[in-house]
Amino acid sequence: MSVEQFQDRNVGKQNYVTVDIEDYPVTGMDKFRRVCRRTFRGELFVGLWVVLREMFKFDIHTVQYPKEKLPLGPRYRAIHQMQRLWESGTERCIGCGLCEKICISDCIRMDTRIDENSRKEVTQYSINLGRCIFCGYCAEVCPELAIVHGGEYENASEQRAHFTLYEDMLTPVDDAIAQKQKEFPGFGAITPYEDERVTKTPLAY
Amino acid sequence: MGTITITIDGQKIATKEGEFLLNAARANGIFIPAICYLTRCSPTLACRICLVEADGKQVYACNAKAKEGMEIVTSTDNIDRERRAIMEVYDVNHPLQCGVCDQSGECELQNYTLELGVDAQSYAIKDVERSAIDWGHIHYDPGLCIVCERCVTVCKDMIGDTSLKTVPRGSDPLDTGYKETMPKDAYAMWNKLNKSVIGLTSGEAMLDCTSCGECAAVCPVGALVDTEFMYKSNAWELTQIPATCGHCSAGCQLSYDVKHESIANSDDKIYRVMNEWNYVSLCGAGRYGFDYENRGATRDEVAFAKALAAFEQADTIRFSSTITNEEALILQRLKEQRGYRLINSEAKSFQDFLACYSSLSGTALYGSDLKETHQANFVISVGTALKSDNPNARYAFNNAMKMNKGAGLYFHPVADPVIEGLGKNVMSIYHAPLQEEAVLYLILDLFADKEALPKTIIDYLENFHSKKMVSVTESVKEAVIEKVTKIVVDDETGEENEVIEEIKKMVAKTVEKEVEVETNALLDMLGAPENFNEMLAKFLKKAETFSLIVGPDCYTHPNAKNIARLCALIEKYSAFKLVMIPTLTNTLGVSLICDLDDDAGNYTIGYNAEGDFTLSALGEGDLDMPALNQQEGTLTSINKRVNPTNAALGYDGYELNDLANALGLECELTIDYTQQLPTDRGFRAETFDALPNHYTNDGVEVRGYLLENKGVKIEDDEHIDEIDTTLALPEGAIVYLVNPVRQFTAFTNKAEQLHTNGGLYMSETYLSDSDFDEGDTVTVSTSLGEVNVTVISDNKIGGAIACLPTFDSKINSEALFSGYRFTSASIKKV
Repeated sequence: MSVEQFQDRNVGKQNYVTVDIEDYPVTGMDKFRRVCRRTFRGELFVGLWVVLREMFKFDIHTVQYPKEKLPLGPRYRAIHQMQRLWESGTERCIGCGLCEKICISDCIRMDTRIDENSRKEVTQYSINLGRCIFCGYCAEVCPELAIVHGGEYENASEQRAHFTLYEDMLTPVDDAIAQKQKEFPGFGAITPYEDERVTKTPLAY
Repeated sequence: MGTITITIDGQKIATKEGEFLLNAARANGIFIPAICYLTRCSPTLACRICLVEADGKQVYACNAKAKEGMEIVTSTDNIDRERRAIMEVYDVNHPLQCGVCDQSGECELQNYTLELGVDAQSYAIKDVERSAIDWGHIHYDPGLCIVCERCVTVCKDMIGDTSLKTVPRGSDPLDTGYKETMPKDAYAMWNKLNKSVIGLTSGEAMLDCTSCGECAAVCPVGALVDTEFMYKSNAWELTQIPATCGHCSAGCQLSYDVKHESIANSDDKIYRVMNEWNYVSLCGAGRYGFDYENRGATRDEVAFAKALAAFEQADTIRFSSTITNEEALILQRLKEQRGYRLINSEAKSFQDFLACYSSLSGTALYGSDLKETHQANFVISVGTALKSDNPNARYAFNNAMKMNKGAGLYFHPVADPVIEGLGKNVMSIYHAPLQEEAVLYLILDLFADKEALPKTIIDYLENFHSKKMVSVTESVKEAVIEKVTKIVVDDETGEENEVIEEIKKMVAKTVEKEVEVETNALLDMLGAPENFNEMLAKFLKKAETFSLIVGPDCYTHPNAKNIARLCALIEKYSAFKLVMIPTLTNTLGVSLICDLDDDAGNYTIGYNAEGDFTLSALGEGDLDMPALNQQEGTLTSINKRVNPTNAALGYDGYELNDLANALGLECELTIDYTQQLPTDRGFRAETFDALPNHYTNDGVEVRGYLLENKGVKIEDDEHIDEIDTTLALPEGAIVYLVNPVRQFTAFTNKAEQLHTNGGLYMSETYLSDSDFDEGDTVTVSTSLGEVNVTVISDNKIGGAIACLPTFDSKINSEALFSGYRFTSASIKKV
């Protein structure tokens, strides 16, 4: 599925099917009838038959997780990643603290300082995954597309902190320089046709 | 000035005649946007955004004065256009990296840009290079600066350093087309803005001022920030704890901005101090000396048991005045119950001084406060190194000079370039030590109502007056006729003729004259400048409200009792309103609550003071105590106000109340004592939690409560002693016991940003005139003892008096002094 399909919200053009749901029984007699119908219809054996049939067909659709994995939608929100700039490999995070502010479960903390070049530097950054509800606000608010949600959803571990050290979330610098870093098309990414919506600031140059 | 009624946007409000419209609106909850205006300072007219329409005419609300029946409209189509254009201009070339700006979240540029709905830019100009500059404790980024000049204004009108000014920006002129197309005021404002940025008055690379940091506090954008705070934390992450500064007697309201220390350590840490800069101005100690807490104290049961044993053994408690009223009351209760002697020499001398003053004035406390000094237009300061003893008193002094076109006299032995820099309307009289009595006599002589004064005093004052003949050399202009021979060429004949011309010339001649002059021996005693009388006459032309500041030199003066009585007489018989500077943070509170003793016993417990067993909030004693930023309680300020302060940081150790409870007093919390403070001394029986701590929009101080100035029985005898003319310091170098600016006690010195090593401070002229050099180790010895200290050059003092500080606990400077803050000593190189 592509983003375009998600953006097409013209309900009615697609082939939707209305599910036929019968009315609930009201009187005691109706309820008794339904019980009898369901009990003696032999639906249990229908199910058993399907299983038996498929077993002999050897054409199983079950995803063989963890050997197989389903592709994720672009807006899927799994463990966060910190991105780097293309080419230079500099960290994108400027330490503005907006993610820390917007986080509704209050699980982001950062330490900043002034570095040798008089720039704001993030010395520590942590997300408490025990509290994170993966709402995606941090990625949405980030002005630099620095914090994004990745596709790493397998977060079973002895320590949740294993996922959220700044170094672990950060794209390795080699990958960034080699342009292997994936851009995030989900929350917070620039929407299409942005150029047309922006009023340009006049310049005197 | 009477109360008048004006109408703002249809709302009738009552205000004072001559009040600025902006202040009148603010006091009544009506919003008028304004950026450059600072309450208590003069209007700058830089931003012009406070435009309003008064009686159909556009005026600036910050400098237009209210008149009876004025009709004001705060918003018209034209005003809205102007305001929108002004905000667009402010946004021209302003960086959009709010994410890395320390002001983000509390930025007035952000706020007003949103408030006025600026969503697009119509103006442009080529930017010039504006790179960030490090000025020492302040960091200036001209790229962010909107040149509202609030920093310049506060430094001049409030602080008095005048360290900042506007300097040329070097930018291209504005596009001429804008003059026609832009709203008028926005264009004028931009035209001015485009020509300037902020620079240092001194022209040097680093700020050399009294380092109060008020400029960074008032900066509406992130242009001026405290260097230490840069990029440490976003404003919205900090929790503001309202408190009262614990360093000096001014008792300024401030908030400690607290956040967890780091990701790894979730203990609270104070990141900065903020203040309501429209109504209270902090000094450098209050602003930067915030991290003096007693870290890492635990409930050490062994030490506690030892402390209890020590209390059993002790007969004396020695303590400093950097404690809360509640703790002072605990000590007093301990005295009442267990008979300890309470020793606090500095508070004792103030207490005695107040008692002597009361016996004549009939009131327990001096009649005025610094608020009235702010409003006065003739201020005299006696017996205090104003900038060190109470910086707020200095701000009040300066503010009165600048805002009320006032004048002031500064009597002190130590020359002070900072006071001299306050303006031409301040005369400094550097008298010899011990002459404070003569100063007060002089004030009595010059300003007291001679008809009301007791006869004996008038007669005594008359003694000082005499007439003598003085030969004065005057320059007189005289007309002199000179004969000059000139050669004139006749036009017709071409012949040269000699013509003698007479020319009248005015020639200055010096003439000696004998003139009868009235002399005042008091002026000679004080070494007043020769033109004292002329200057004073000039100063007094506009003087209407008078304020007298009396400082700690007087309390320890050998004739302190007489000085106190003189103060009472001046207050009674002249227009002067009197304010005394309590020596330390809560000296006034201690002197009201505790019955202090003169002599110590055999075994002393020291609370933040020396003793055989010491309780210390500095963490150096036998048992840890909480520092003032770790405690709740109240402090009594110079303004006779009982101010509440809150605990900004946690504290896990024992406090004085725990000891008191173990010794038989019963109160669960220290603040349970707040309502028990002695009402017969002017305190109120109010619970701590009922005490407010804020300012309202019209600048009313809603903090704690004011002490009631109780009446005291008056002695009928208004006798005062004559000046002891024999009183003089013995021969030798003079040393003054005073701290440099930004230091008060060992607590200020504990703060990371203020920490320094004390020494013997000498002025630059002293150093060049003597054979001492900066960095020399010298021995200062008096009859009482000697200390070895390093010589430090201090350009904030002048003259030939060296200064020894008390803030450095490594230097036992107080041991050299017998009480009075000046002593003669011998200074020798080691």
